[in-house]
Amino acid sequence: MASRPSRAQLQGATVTYRVDWVLGTDLLHGRCQCGAERESEDPIELWQWLTGHPVGHEQSWSSGQPTPHDLVAVGT
Amino acid sequence: MRTEFPRNQWYVAAYGTEVSRRLLARKICGEAIVFYRTSNGEPVALADRCVHRQYLLSASALDGDLLVCGYHGFTYDAEGTCVKVPGQHRVPRTARVKKYPVVEQDSFIWIWIGDDAAADPQSIPRAPWLAAKDWTTVCGMEPLAARYGLLVDNLLDLSHETYLHGGYIGTPEVAETPITTEVDEDHGIVFVSRHMENVACPPFYAKSTGIEGRIDRWQDIEYRPPCLYLLHSRVAPVGVQPGADGDDSGAFHVEVVYAITPETETSTHDFWAVARDFALDDESVSGFLAESNRTVVLQDVAALNLLETVIVNEPPGYQELSINIDTGGLAARRMLAAQIVAGDSMHAPATAATG
Ligand code: FES
Ligand SMILES: [Fe+2]
Ligand SMILES: [Zn+2]
Repeated sequence: MASRPSRAQLQGATVTYRVDWVLGTDLLHGRCQCGAERESEDPIELWQWLTGHPVGHEQSWSSGQPTPHDLVAVGT
Repeated sequence: MRTEFPRNQWYVAAYGTEVSRRLLARKICGEAIVFYRTSNGEPVALADRCVHRQYLLSASALDGDLLVCGYHGFTYDAEGTCVKVPGQHRVPRTARVKKYPVVEQDSFIWIWIGDDAAADPQSIPRAPWLAAKDWTTVCGMEPLAARYGLLVDNLLDLSHETYLHGGYIGTPEVAETPITTEVDEDHGIVFVSRHMENVACPPFYAKSTGIEGRIDRWQDIEYRPPCLYLLHSRVAPVGVQPGADGDDSGAFHVEVVYAITPETETSTHDFWAVARDFALDDESVSGFLAESNRTVVLQDVAALNLLETVIVNEPPGYQELSINIDTGGLAARRMLAAQIVAGDSMHAPATAATG
């Protein structure tokens, strides 16, 4: 989505959850560290789903995404 | 027992410049504390309550490094131990006031509120710009008659700049530009970023940088609950990008730092600082940024003071309505709630019972 790495990524943060507000829409796109993704129009519902990991996340891994192991960033 | 703010946390208690050989009284997280420096410059924080008849030690006097109670003369050393009482030789063994762990760093005096055994100075988040040679900082602190959570909500959602701070830092594009929110659970950080391209330059940045015309404007929030809030702000003429090597000298950088320290459950110390990497020696830029940012902070203070009068009378469970702009604020609230639970389970606040 973003071409440049985010500030969090540049700082070597572990991005547990990421929520993008999809440009030109009212949609939020959430992504868990495990690779699960979900779209929602309600930030409260989306945080509940993200922080509920792993409940309901197994079904949401989209193909071609990195595996959970790949997503664990190295902290500084 | 549930408290309204996280315990077992570091909070900014003061700027280093506020703590001197004069006694400073300040309430932090509901605890009354007196601050001073010893003759060799070490900051000291003690409970502001004499063990004898509860007189305010902040209304007392220093005799060298000893604090002499202004009522009957109980005398305390910098460890909070009573070393002298009037008229008798024996000092009761229990005669001591609580000494708080403090650390002076990045121009702030940080204080640990909680169990002393758990205080780790390495865990204090950094704001290195404030005391760095190649940056110039203006700063201040405003009392806020509102609970700290309202200031957290306010700072995590900068779309309010458009409405509350028009003419200073707000432009229409701030509220219109989508945000990205990232949460680092391991390190306890909430990031919220809003990158605006080819937008109007608000007076705050036009006058301080001298940029004429439109800009690229990045707002990268990094909130380290409970206390430290950093807004990494980048402003550049349209199209000026950081180089592949990370060199970003074509842009202007402003680090806006807030320390959000609860005073009581319904009042807050609102510390603010603006550090810049340009016009370092230009006093007029310093004066302008200080004045403008203070005005902006006071606009927030007025709004939040008003909001507090509403919420304080609200029945529990009142339903708010959250939309996309609240995504970052919701993440921050979640992290704070978890910190409150963790702090309360480690520590039941004890009032020192002394004989
Ligand atoms: S109250 Fe402090 S000495 Fe009596
Ligand atoms: Fe504001
Ligand atoms: Zn997951």
